[in-house]
Amino acid sequence: MDIGFVPTAQPVGRLIEELNKLPGIGPKSAQRLAYFLLRMSADEARSLAEAILAVKERVILCSECQNITESDPCLICRGDGRDGTTICVVEEPLDILALERTRGYKGLYHVLHGAISPADGVGPDELKIKELLSRLQGRPVAEVILATNPNLEGEATAMYLKGLIAPLGVRVTRLARGLPFGGDLEYADEVTLSRAIEGRQEA
Amino acid sequence: MARPRVYKTEAIVLKGARMGEADKLLTLYTPHLGLLKAVAKGVCRTRSKMGGHLELLTHSTLMLAQGRNLDIITQCETISSFLPLRADLWRTSCALYAAELVDLLAAENVENRPLFRLLLDTLERLCQAGDGELTLRYFELHLMDYLGYRPELGRCLGCGSELEPVTNLFSPSAGGVLCPHCSQGQPPGRPLSLNALKMMRLLQRGDYATASRVKLRPELASELEGSLRGYITYLLEREVRSAAWLDRLRREASQKGTHPGLEG
Repeated sequence: MDIGFVPTAQPVGRLIEELNKLPGIGPKSAQRLAYFLLRMSADEARSLAEAILAVKERVILCSECQNITESDPCLICRGDGRDGTTICVVEEPLDILALERTRGYKGLYHVLHGAISPADGVGPDELKIKELLSRLQGRPVAEVILATNPNLEGEATAMYLKGLIAPLGVRVTRLARGLPFGGDLEYADEVTLSRAIEGRQEA
Repeated sequence: MARPRVYKTEAIVLKGARMGEADKLLTLYTPHLGLLKAVAKGVCRTRSKMGGHLELLTHSTLMLAQGRNLDIITQCETISSFLPLRADLWRTSCALYAAELVDLLAAENVENRPLFRLLLDTLERLCQAGDGELTLRYFELHLMDYLGYRPELGRCLGCGSELEPVTNLFSPSAGGVLCPHCSQGQPPGRPLSLNALKMMRLLQRGDYATASRVKLRPELASELEGSLRGYITYLLEREVRSAAWLDRLRREASQKGTHPGLEG
């Protein structure tokens, strides 16, 4: 007799198993979600299932900037009034959303889909670096802005990219690092503070 | 060692993995608790007051509170963030390699102050000029020492006789050097030249100031690197991931006829 066996209808068991694979969902949460879905109306359930399928079937990577998109090239790469001579390199698609919210940047983007992290086995070959370099070939790109995260992996990625791009004669810049708006000087760490002093501007 | 509900410790941040919305699960190395995993809440937000003090390869003072499973970092302040190291890709990578080795080999909840000191010294040394290779070899040999894997470099591990000034065999499974006579019929190792043996002894004796002044020919440097890597891989039963990254940086620099630690 197997005490661990929970008698439940086979499809429900399968749903629990699938939900359990999601990040942050343990066995108990998976059960709760499964029984919630079970009580949903058929329409709602179908709409959820279709949304999941649509993500997998219709979303692709833009062949230019590697951002997630429904059409290739993506809306930004096709967009009118976009400055094609500037490329802003980011780690994740979500970083584009953050930068677009500023409405201050009119150039193009390039998504690396990660950052160099030796201990996790993520090197240049796992990132979209080859694609970035081929974009720079034979095109009038004047500036590449490295907008990787201001942490150790992001900095390492930026330094590595600078070594690859600078010899091509393209201007390579890095996002300014300094004090966050709404911050408090006394809590700032020495790396941030020393960079804020280095990068000070006329008041 | 039992810890109080709220406690204070020094720590070096070895690894960080994102957890939930903006939290990080950090792997720390501490002087009296060894490896320690702890949660840093909200550090991925740009306005986090702790984020900058808990970046990888930062030496900080932390205040922690015991949690149900993992302890939670409540306050922190940087002691040193090794700025010169961060400004250079090769040095950063060397330091990440050292951090990965400690993460893979050191134990949780085991006090090992010499090892903490060694890691700290290594990070400081990587901030200084030089290609960093000897700093890493010194680190590897002493790390082995403090963890109980000190390779035997004086006597043959087969017959116990003193090693002759010839090319011997470095055998990871034996835990040191075998003389040419005893190395027959042994599981494979790497030939160890006399110069490499002498350099290893010098590094193992522990006088960093003298050892770091030696100028190594590239062949000898890569022989030392290879022998020690063989030993570490044998102990871990897997490759050290950052070592592949260091290889790549060395390869890309050597195509330009230089060493990654001496560029720029």
